[in-house]
Amino acid sequence: MTKERSKHAQGSRLSGWGRHSAPGSELLTENLERGSADMPLSRGLGRSYGDSSLPPADKPFALNTTLADRILAFDEESGLLRAEAGLALAELNRLLLPRGWFTPVTPGTQYVTLGGMVAADVHGKNQHVDGDFGDHVTRLLMRVADERVLWCSPEEHADLFYGSIGGMGLLGHILEVEFTMRRVPSPWIWQETERVANIDAFERALSDAAKDWPMTVGWIDCVAGGANLGRGILMKGRWATADEAPKDPPHALPRPKLPFDFPSWALGRLSVRAFNELYFRKHFRKETRGLVGPQSFFYPLDVLRDWYRIYGQRGFTQWQGLLPRSAPPGAARRTLEILSARGGASFLAVIKDCNRAGVGTLSFPAPGITLALDIPMRDDTQALIDALNEQLLREGGRIYLAKDSLTRPEHFHAMEPRLAEFERLRDVWDPERKLRSAQSVRLFGDRA
Amino acid sequence: MKHQNHAGQHDVGRRVAFLGATRGMGRALARRMAEAGDALFLLGREAAELERSAADLEAYGARGQVGHALCDLEQPDSFAPALDAAVQALGGLDVVVLTAGIFASQQALEDDAELLARLLRVDFTHSVLFCEEARRRLLAHGGGTLCVFSSVAGERGRKPVVLYGASKAGLSSYLEGLDHRYRAEGLRVLTVKPGFVRTSMTAGLPEPPFAGDPDDVARTVLRAIDRGQAVVYAPAPWRAVMAVIRHLPRSVMRRVNF
Repeated sequence: MTKERSKHAQGSRLSGWGRHSAPGSELLTENLERGSADMPLSRGLGRSYGDSSLPPADKPFALNTTLADRILAFDEESGLLRAEAGLALAELNRLLLPRGWFTPVTPGTQYVTLGGMVAADVHGKNQHVDGDFGDHVTRLLMRVADERVLWCSPEEHADLFYGSIGGMGLLGHILEVEFTMRRVPSPWIWQETERVANIDAFERALSDAAKDWPMTVGWIDCVAGGANLGRGILMKGRWATADEAPKDPPHALPRPKLPFDFPSWALGRLSVRAFNELYFRKHFRKETRGLVGPQSFFYPLDVLRDWYRIYGQRGFTQWQGLLPRSAPPGAARRTLEILSARGGASFLAVIKDCNRAGVGTLSFPAPGITLALDIPMRDDTQALIDALNEQLLREGGRIYLAKDSLTRPEHFHAMEPRLAEFERLRDVWDPERKLRSAQSVRLFGDRA
Repeated sequence: MKHQNHAGQHDVGRRVAFLGATRGMGRALARRMAEAGDALFLLGREAAELERSAADLEAYGARGQVGHALCDLEQPDSFAPALDAAVQALGGLDVVVLTAGIFASQQALEDDAELLARLLRVDFTHSVLFCEEARRRLLAHGGGTLCVFSSVAGERGRKPVVLYGASKAGLSSYLEGLDHRYRAEGLRVLTVKPGFVRTSMTAGLPEPPFAGDPDDVARTVLRAIDRGQAVVYAPAPWRAVMAVIRHLPRSVMRRVNF
């Protein structure tokens, strides 16, 4: 009975997680099929760091999908689930984990929508075994640029299907997602951690752990230099068996809000050094093992709501690059050396080995190593990103669009030979480029 | 099948007929009821929408299959058959929820007499007619809860909600009387007075302090149903806000802009 109305406040802006913002307003409606008509872009919970979810300057509107969050079918035999694209992973976890089901792939936050998980073809700690979210998607309901609403799958409009997985919402609005949930033996994780001395040891440790563990990731102390460059903690995990798990499910963790922005000096070099040192020392026992809840295992940062505020008013960016297996040995070390030489204090750095190429035309993961570095926005951040990208080009790697806000188009074009194929798909499905984002204007060369 | 006992508690789950469960606060409340194991029957205008919400509520844990029937607040003829279908499918009736209604800004209503007439009709006249049909059926089954979403807009005549507020004031007054008249016979009438809640209905409006989410409202309302309350403000801080506004002298209300 209610009328759908859009936010048309004068001078309003939309922003990504890292506080990168652009002029724009959102249409908030439960009905994506109606709401997506004539919209340049859909957007979910806005967890992409840069400008992926921000509309182009000439058409400053985005369809917010978060009210379209109904589960439309769930088969408790096969795990096949179909839902509206705005359903949050957090809600799915809250509802189905107690019943023994979990998403086949989760990113490092559960405050993402299914549509966003497809659009970014997200990966997680099990990439080396299970690939990306797109590997588990069976069908998508899309609204394409000519206003048709149609299903696509590996059998039906396969080009649209694979183009949309990892396609950043640029081939059409994702209205519904069908994918296969996975049975888990308990709602607990068996986790083991170990200290790793430096970046070269890290690469070896990750590939060794991959043989025995379905889930692995490394946290890197990116302040330590010299012989300690790239030291950190390797985390390995698997779902605990019903026998190992306690009778009760893990407690939901409280989620304190950060009520204010940290002042810019707070993330100066000294405080970052202290944080990293503390984190590393916490693991002075060298090894830990035991049961942990999925929240602390998969989503450690979700515990602090609005944690981007740690980076203050100017926000931050994340640089995530894939160093392919074809790169000469030592690629991760060379990348960290650039960070270290430029003194770019990174609050958090994450390393993960990938073993499978994503199914999407523009999927980020491929066999190799990915490094993700959180970098506060400062006057010299652009130069640091440029240097990291130039190194990445030499290694034959590429960046993750869902994190990016500062890559230059010439770098992007040079590192994405797949772009021509993606643009060909856009010529088929959206020749007028009705679907665009601030990011596609910046990187793909779309009109603004 | 066990119904509710005196304290409004339930042991097997309520049997609920719901008009307005496909969207907004209605969707949130229906989901909470489904998670509590209630049996639900949905009323609404669009069959496709009802089917989608029925599937969602089954996934959320509603007891049995979630049925639905067409019912349109603009068509009073549709009320009785839809409620009968609900009673039939649920094998009785413990709760009827009405969250549907129309909202429009004061300016839009002043500019469009047709819209105004429609809003007054739907939000007052037809809502009352629906409640009368629901009331008869609940009483015929020994009582139960009639839970209706009115608004804090009906508490005082206020500049930004003169017309919408008038329809809600009328509705609230009717619900209060209904509660007084029939409580002894086992009918509990719960008037829900939501403050500003972020839904598609309020998208684009400037957000006041104490704005809440549909889920906050749903939790508060479900607790009120369990306790057999007559009035509930949601989210909770609006109770205090409205206590102040109710006592402001007219001379002040004339000057302020809320």
